[in-house]
Amino acid sequence: MNLYTYASPANFYHLAGKLIPWFAWGAGLLTVWGLYISFFLAPTDFQQSEAYRIIFIHVPAAWMSMFIYLVMAFWGAIGLAFNTRLSFMMARALAPTGALFTFIALWTGALWGKPMWGAWWVWDARLTSELILLFLYVGIIALWAAIDDVKRGDRAGSLLTLIGAINVPIIYFSVKWWNTLHQGSSINLTKAPSMAAIMLQGMLVMAIAAWLYTIAVALVRVRRIILERERQTDWAKAILEAE
Amino acid sequence: MHRFLLAVLRRDLTLAARRRGDWLIAQFFFVMVASLFPLGVGPEPEMLARIGPGVLWVAATLASLLSLSRLFADDHHDGSLEHMVLSPEPTVLLVLGKSIAHWLIYGIPVLLIAPVLGIQFNLSWDAILVLELSLLLGTPILSLLGGVGAALTLGLRGGGVLLTLLILPLYVPALIFGAGAVDGVMTGTGAEAHLSLLGAFMMLSLMIAPWIAAAALRVSLE
Repeated sequence: MNLYTYASPANFYHLAGKLIPWFAWGAGLLTVWGLYISFFLAPTDFQQSEAYRIIFIHVPAAWMSMFIYLVMAFWGAIGLAFNTRLSFMMARALAPTGALFTFIALWTGALWGKPMWGAWWVWDARLTSELILLFLYVGIIALWAAIDDVKRGDRAGSLLTLIGAINVPIIYFSVKWWNTLHQGSSINLTKAPSMAAIMLQGMLVMAIAAWLYTIAVALVRVRRIILERERQTDWAKAILEAE
Repeated sequence: MHRFLLAVLRRDLTLAARRRGDWLIAQFFFVMVASLFPLGVGPEPEMLARIGPGVLWVAATLASLLSLSRLFADDHHDGSLEHMVLSPEPTVLLVLGKSIAHWLIYGIPVLLIAPVLGIQFNLSWDAILVLELSLLLGTPILSLLGGVGAALTLGLRGGGVLLTLLILPLYVPALIFGAGAVDGVMTGTGAEAHLSLLGAFMMLSLMIAPWIAAAALRVSLE
């Protein structure tokens, strides 16, 4: 079997349809397991008491927000280099979930910050670069929304994702340095010196759940994008009429 | 190759010289935004000196965006941009030439105006000197990265606002290092590190941005 078969939107549409239940169920079961660990198995932290439990959502969301951006840049680069339509569709399908996780990471960070630091928001390096990441996501989504022509939109969005990806490490280090200059490093967040193994386990389970969830919703979204773009073809018409 | 670059430069500078109003708007915008801050936060000299570098840098980035939305738009409107892209000369040089022209038209006046605004903000002479240096290194970054945004949003509805949304996050390192250099000299930690990083970021933008902007231009004109 040739793997390139699935670079064709029509074939991928059917493959995605078969894969979605697996990823969705996997995400659902792992979330239940991860939440069980987080709320019942993981012990209370001796410094942060119960409030630390938000990291089981916060850390996976922050990881995914950065990871999804890299995956988008990867698909964009593949699309620009090999002119594969499906790559651009994947990049588009991932963006809303990436923005969602960025927002969740910021929001849960604020909820955690209030009891820990006594402030909803501090201009910490990580918070600030996460905020700028959200701006990058919003910019890319806005650019896609503004361009009606599909081909131009795909390429323009991918170019912006790429230049953003080059910029993200620079932004991170500049913000980090700016932060240390402006305020003492009195706040050293999430650097739990030795995290209990069960806590780490809960976090990893939640991270895998978030990852499977991302794949599932991206596949659902990419199926809609494929149908929209292939609506003139016979196979897509047949599916659309059957629905 | 050089002749093409020089021709693009000369053309854009001639056009700018014939329509002075276009680029003067951005400079007045720069002055006005900077002048609004003392009205907003109060006239205490110490506080103005404290926020001055940041305010001037933010105003300079906003002013660059105001003029960048026109970078390719006029040529696109009358069709000459397509001819220049279709010509056998490399599009990268076209973009580079236009970015340099933009910097000459926008960056040089900003460099000339900034010391006056620095005095308004009660900055010391040392701080003003470093501010000039940081703007000298930093404003080319704004023109180069802005070229990418201008090429991506060419001919779109509400392109100007969209350009702002796309490019401002990318300006963050320039803003941090630029304003940080002036802060450094004011607080006595020195400005060299910031200026070096700003120079490095400028070189990196010079190497990467024209290529991406050229690709974006070709995408937008297809």
